[in-house]
Amino acid sequence: MSVQPAISVTQARKAFGGLLAVNDVSFEVAPGELLGLIGPNGSGKTTMLNLISGALKPTSGSIALGGQTISGLPAHRIARAGIARTFQLVRILPSLSAEENVLAGAVFGHMRQWGGEARRAARDLLARVGLGGLGATPPSAMTYIDQKRLELARALAGNPRVLLLDEWLAGLNPSELKTGINLIAELRAEGRTIIMVEHVMDAIRSLCDRCVVMSSGALIAQGRVEDVLSDPEVVRAYLGGGDA
Amino acid sequence: MEIIVTGVLLSGTYALIALGLTLQYGVARIMNLANGETLVAACFAAFWIYTATQVNPLFALVAVMPAAFALNWAIYSLLLRPLVRRAKNRGMLEVDSILATFGLLFILQGLMQLGFGGGYYSYTFLAVPFTILGSPFGLNRVVAFIAAAVIAVALYLFLNRTRQGTAIRAVAVDPVAAGLSAINVDRASAFAFALGGALTAAGGTLLSTFYTFDASMGVVFTMKALIIVIMGGVGDVRGAVVAALLLGLAETTVASLIDPGLTLAATYFLFVLTLLFRPQGIFGRSTA
Amino acid sequence: MSAFSGREIRVFLAAAALALAAALPLADQGYYLSLAVNVAMYAVLCTAWALFSGPTHYISLATAAFFGLGAYTVGLGIDTVPFAALIAIAGLVSAIVAALVGLATLRLSGVYFVIFTLGLAELTRQVVTWLQTNFTTGVGLYVFTDLAERHIYWMLLALGAAVYLSGWLIARSRLGFAMRIIGNDETVAAHVGIDTAVSKVLLFMISGAFIGMVGAILAPRFAYIEPPAAFNPMISFQVVIMALLGGSQRLWGPLVGVIPFTILFDFVSGQFPNHTNLMIGAAFMLVVYFIPNGIVGVMERLRLRLGLRKTPSASGQEKAA
Repeated sequence: MSVQPAISVTQARKAFGGLLAVNDVSFEVAPGELLGLIGPNGSGKTTMLNLISGALKPTSGSIALGGQTISGLPAHRIARAGIARTFQLVRILPSLSAEENVLAGAVFGHMRQWGGEARRAARDLLARVGLGGLGATPPSAMTYIDQKRLELARALAGNPRVLLLDEWLAGLNPSELKTGINLIAELRAEGRTIIMVEHVMDAIRSLCDRCVVMSSGALIAQGRVEDVLSDPEVVRAYLGGGDA
Repeated sequence: MEIIVTGVLLSGTYALIALGLTLQYGVARIMNLANGETLVAACFAAFWIYTATQVNPLFALVAVMPAAFALNWAIYSLLLRPLVRRAKNRGMLEVDSILATFGLLFILQGLMQLGFGGGYYSYTFLAVPFTILGSPFGLNRVVAFIAAAVIAVALYLFLNRTRQGTAIRAVAVDPVAAGLSAINVDRASAFAFALGGALTAAGGTLLSTFYTFDASMGVVFTMKALIIVIMGGVGDVRGAVVAALLLGLAETTVASLIDPGLTLAATYFLFVLTLLFRPQGIFGRSTA
Repeated sequence: MSAFSGREIRVFLAAAALALAAALPLADQGYYLSLAVNVAMYAVLCTAWALFSGPTHYISLATAAFFGLGAYTVGLGIDTVPFAALIAIAGLVSAIVAALVGLATLRLSGVYFVIFTLGLAELTRQVVTWLQTNFTTGVGLYVFTDLAERHIYWMLLALGAAVYLSGWLIARSRLGFAMRIIGNDETVAAHVGIDTAVSKVLLFMISGAFIGMVGAILAPRFAYIEPPAAFNPMISFQVVIMALLGGSQRLWGPLVGVIPFTILFDFVSGQFPNHTNLMIGAAFMLVVYFIPNGIVGVMERLRLRLGLRKTPSASGQEKAA
């Protein structure tokens, strides 16, 4: 393991008052890897993602991006350092056009661009996620999957070093789901480093190299997807035998 | 020592005004910038009652507080409830309520100027010296402080010992959850807003016994009350009382040691400290 | 391209309106010029105010403080420093104060900002008065210049043009784009890499600087500057109400509110001096309950409705233009 991990989380902990939402979790993500972050509802997955993206600050422990500590930095600094994300409940910018939504990521993100160059990049990305030619459309007029695509394009626009997807596939119908999985598979093929929080097990099986399982704030298993999903403790956590 | 006693005596009235505001903002979610006008109106009411009928301002409270309660209930029902209903989020309600209460501020102030003119008013009530720890203080200030303390304690008991009070505290913590547990949030908000107005009016009535007032001084008191509320933590009764005490002390200290013209600077100094170090209030727990 | 020629027409119209306005002192040097100075003053103040408060929705009541600081800068320096330099210094002083206020409050929610600015004028007045009584010969400063009312008017017009130009440039800059994103969703803004606090503080500084310069330009009109007149809190409220009345979402929106309100206010304060507060209060109520997006909002809705009747797709073009 001489390669510097893209993300390393060391003993990260987040307490809300007396509640430990993330309890001393450690894991690493290698460059180019697609890591699945799974677990039952309320297990702390989204909180973990929020710690990485800087929406929340860890109570203790540290998170590093390519060897540089980013935990404790404000969200905008982390975004510029190269972490982009989507949100569990899709967050579009309603009064901006679709192209401007993507432009937001290109102008202020990790690789900053401006002017015609940024606009071109935004248009290319819209085409890339399947929204070619829809740049002038107000995003509120878009379907749910298109809004999700738009959000993905915004996250990609800064050419981030790590992409965080928070249940990006949730709420899609079966055919949309297939399109969505293909899109993520393409991103992986490009060599992007991705952490995805997901409940859709088919997607985890077909997409992820490795996965990390959380339950009640703690990391209970990590490793290859098949191994982890057959782990008795993971099964117990999912079937509700424990305290979750 | 004299400074401390003066400061403490002053803080009683401040506490009442701030308690009124903290109920209005913490429970009804209305940033009432016309709060100071309720105070000034109460000053004028007490003045009028005292000079016309010679009725003791402490008894005037019995008339002024229910009147302010009714007036503020009407203001909430007619003007503010529509804003609460149409607001899509907390931010919108904040902007709307700030602007609407600005309107109210000017209208009330304008009406009082029409009624009483722009001059300064005061009346003499219990202006006899009263000795505390060897120094003389106006008996009116002492009486006002005691009355304020009694009202504040009554409020505390009401909020913590009665059903209605508990409902109000629940709405302050989480209106949605309170609604789910069969609390009529809208009614509780209106009640809290009206009660807040009554408390502020009580503060005004007491203030008028020892303070020279005029129709346009409301904003300054709103300002002080707001800062006390922020310092104490929004909706926090105990915090508001402590913050009022701090503010009263800071003001009297600056006024007697540096310059009476710098009281607001003292207030701001405390405000900036709060913003920089404890924006959630003295007793507030940090969130996220 | 029809949009391009449309812009050309608009630039031409703006230039023509400015030239026409600048010619006013040739027609009258008395009452109408004095009224025009008021209109120009509030037009610049409100537009500068809306530069910040329009996109952020933070109601700033700091106008009177910046205005007073600008006037005082001139009062203190008029005997030693050229007037033009004083205007620049006034802008700088106001920008610095704006930065301090912004750093203390703009990281937090909007309410703290409103409260802080609510008493800012009074605070500055107290501090200035205290400094003057303790460290100078007395309260109040004389400003004697050979600047006549018409010179003040022309300077205000020039500053107004500068504010409009700045607003136009900001709208096309990274800062302007950042503000639009912040106005939509502050969380998203932070997560795409925008330093939301710095963006807001920067914009507040620009807005404050212009307001300070207005105060500086108006100083010779006062002739004698003393704290209560310079730091008159009413200016803050009047600016808020006029800007909102016109509409703060468009650069030219505030102007639409300033012209009728200033004229009406002048009439009311002349005829019914005790009713000015009532008038301001009523205007606030009008804005909150009947025209939340200002006159401009009403106009745009009307135009949209008319346009929709003619061509169903007109609304899309409206957005894109």
